[in-house]
Amino acid sequence: MSVDDNASELLRTEGLAKVFGRGKDEVRAVDGVDLTLARGEATALVGQSGSGKSTLGRLLLRLMDPTAGRVLFDGRDVTTVRGAARRDYWREVQAVFQDPFAAFHQYRRVEATLATALQLMPAATREAGRETMGEALTAVGLDPVETLAKRPHELSGGQRQRVMLARALMLRPRLLIADEATSMLDASVRVTVLNLLADLRDERGMTVLFVTHDLGQAYYLADRIAVMHRGRIVESGPAEQIVGEPAHAYTRSLLADVPKLHRSA
Amino acid sequence: MKALKALPARFHAAAAVFLLIAAAGVIGPLVATAGPGDLLGGPFLPPGPDFLLGTDHLGRSVGVQLVHGIRTSLYIGLLAGVAGTVLGVLIGTLAGYRGGLVDEILMGLTNIMITVPAIIVLLLLSISLDTRSVTVMGICIGAVSWPWTARAVRSQIASLRQREHVDIARLSGSRTWRIIAVELLPYMMSYIVMAFVIQLYGAILAEAALSLLGLGPAGTASLGVMLHWAIAWESIRGGQWWVFLTPTVFITAITFSLLLVQSSLDTVFNPRLRDRKAAR
Amino acid sequence: MTLASLKHLSAHYATGADRFHALDDVAVDVQAGQILGVVGESGCGKSTMASVLSLNPGPSLRVTSGTLAIDGTDVDLTDPASHRPLRGGTVALLPQGALNALNPTRRVGAMAHDILAVGDKRITRAESLRRTAARLEALELPPRVLRAYPHQLSGGMRQRVVTALATLRNPRLLVADEPSSALDVSSQRLLVDLLRRLVSDGLVEGIVFITHDVALLSELADRIAVMYAGRVVEEAPAKDLVAAPRHPYARALLASVLVPEAGTRGRRLSGIPGAPPDLRVPIPGCPFAPRCGHAVDRCADQRPPRLVIGDRDDSCWRSAEFEEAANVG
Repeated sequence: MSVDDNASELLRTEGLAKVFGRGKDEVRAVDGVDLTLARGEATALVGQSGSGKSTLGRLLLRLMDPTAGRVLFDGRDVTTVRGAARRDYWREVQAVFQDPFAAFHQYRRVEATLATALQLMPAATREAGRETMGEALTAVGLDPVETLAKRPHELSGGQRQRVMLARALMLRPRLLIADEATSMLDASVRVTVLNLLADLRDERGMTVLFVTHDLGQAYYLADRIAVMHRGRIVESGPAEQIVGEPAHAYTRSLLADVPKLHRSA
Repeated sequence: MKALKALPARFHAAAAVFLLIAAAGVIGPLVATAGPGDLLGGPFLPPGPDFLLGTDHLGRSVGVQLVHGIRTSLYIGLLAGVAGTVLGVLIGTLAGYRGGLVDEILMGLTNIMITVPAIIVLLLLSISLDTRSVTVMGICIGAVSWPWTARAVRSQIASLRQREHVDIARLSGSRTWRIIAVELLPYMMSYIVMAFVIQLYGAILAEAALSLLGLGPAGTASLGVMLHWAIAWESIRGGQWWVFLTPTVFITAITFSLLLVQSSLDTVFNPRLRDRKAAR
Repeated sequence: MTLASLKHLSAHYATGADRFHALDDVAVDVQAGQILGVVGESGCGKSTMASVLSLNPGPSLRVTSGTLAIDGTDVDLTDPASHRPLRGGTVALLPQGALNALNPTRRVGAMAHDILAVGDKRITRAESLRRTAARLEALELPPRVLRAYPHQLSGGMRQRVVTALATLRNPRLLVADEPSSALDVSSQRLLVDLLRRLVSDGLVEGIVFITHDVALLSELADRIAVMYAGRVVEEAPAKDLVAAPRHPYARALLASVLVPEAGTRGRRLSGIPGAPPDLRVPIPGCPFAPRCGHAVDRCADQRPPRLVIGDRDDSCWRSAEFEEAANVG
């Protein structure tokens, strides 16, 4: 691999595949995906339910082993990392998930949930635990003292998703994978969380993979869009190009089905 | 405390019955003036002022035997219940959390254990072991009763581990044991409590069945051993009803009260059975 | 012509000592041959309104006032027993989630017979199958569907079967509570087309479509009512509402909609700061005032009047002010 490749790309997959079941019940959830995430860019992975987009996200997060293919992060092969090496990987790659309630242990306070993530940090940083948590909560627009003492059910959906973002931010990851992170939020709250993701990209240079079924959100946030259908990426490119001049028939039908606010007469 | 109030009245009634019987088993042997093996009077004396529950074929007090028998049965039940629940939860959790080959091997073993009737394994175990101590018997019963718990726990864990907070804990670097202890087991506690109650009355019944066949613990009274002698001496035909009715009534009362406790816990813990509380 | 008119609907959920005021003096009209869209975010009371409108309120809901005029009869909504006969016949509910709404162990024909038998106990099986087949045909489903179990149908067919069953007794008003939220955009599109056809073919006289998706409503509904904190804050023809919302909340809601329309990338939307109010505490003024950029003193303690202008209305002190200013000038 040449040095030039490393300069622009943070993560790359080569022929990544995940097959569930065997024989007749075989489901090729992810079927030979080549995806490149550029440093400091937000890439949206768009697909309908069952397209394999969430499985791909979990493969990239190393929460699941692929059936075939490779994942390269910053030039290193991380396809099969385990144990300590995988925990190191998780310091660089973090995630926010769809359900802002299920992501919390319902019996534990915010502080306990956040503190767990500090395990990944070097001992020196752990000392300043409360401070780190406080900074991260402030960065997502929450009051640190008040929030740390709360239990998940005392927070609104938007606040819970912000806490989850803060959890990821504490680790200062280079790649953030947001898997349908805004799908369950109300439209007015959704915008504020998307703005937060955009700020992380613009101000901290964080690379973001935004997994969504909603082309509208993808178009609002992402620099590039990759459209996934039946386990494959059928089209990818700059967001403006995908929405303005879609090349693949599936992308075009997807765009045609999305309700528009202003019907272009 | 709030949860206790939510329980139906039959839970409180059943729990009271069980606790009363258990108290008799704990306090009875301490205050009794004679041991269960002491020959105190003539054989088959009917209940009367000297012997509240009469005497058996050797002239031992049925009342004294009963309180000792309750203690033995409860001890075996608790031991077997704890052993069976711990084994079941361990095996079920491992299978459900690990999945894959580990799951297939452990569940294969579990299914074999479920197919082979537990009573036959118990018979073989009791015959082959030299000691007939109460503790060994309790452990033996526990060792064959875990499969149902394992299977139920496995399916629960397999679905719980799909939850997002488990992924979040993994991404936070939590080790497997911590995820199981902190992220999964607290959600399983109600389930494990119910499994334990089922194990408890299952073990008390298993002890009665084994002892009835003459394979009960040696050198002590148990409800099953009392039944065994009642049948061996043909007390039913002989009209000595107090000898067989006493253990029968108490075995039934213990198991039935535990069953009621379990089923009323189920209505509280299982949200599908619970009346829908005010929706938003 | 007005098909159904809902007036003065107030309702709360009672939990312990708390009263959760889900609906506060709600009024909407449904015109014959039209689809009324009701939009709002979580907790605004739209689903509660759907349950009351479809004459199927939950057991913990207390309706304290409200009437529904439909089909020449006035229904007293505070007395659930009085309107049971109308349920399913005059007013029907199109449930959320096509799969869950069907009994997996029964054939479509058997379910249809059960539904028809509620309205007419003496109906024969042959007669109900004949009527169901006709309804299925109107929705372009083959008669073999009658003998099918739900799992033998594709997702799109199931949605049409649910719709056919909901409209089997020829209800005049169909209430659809978030039927689209679990669907992907392609299935949503099919559902929207299906509902429009129901109205244009006269299978139902009017539809109330409840959703959180205002972009979807802009394509489906004739009129849109915007709900916030248990009140309807604005109601207008769909085109007018989308083009020029008057109530600050409606404006903010529309400004939060993200649609992939080429050339709009790069603009930054603001969303709505803050959170909806706690509905356990009665709100004397405008419920949106704490989050509103245009709020003045009286917004907090005086309830804004409903201001009707032409075929639209809204409840906001400032828009009343603008109107006065316009009249003077």
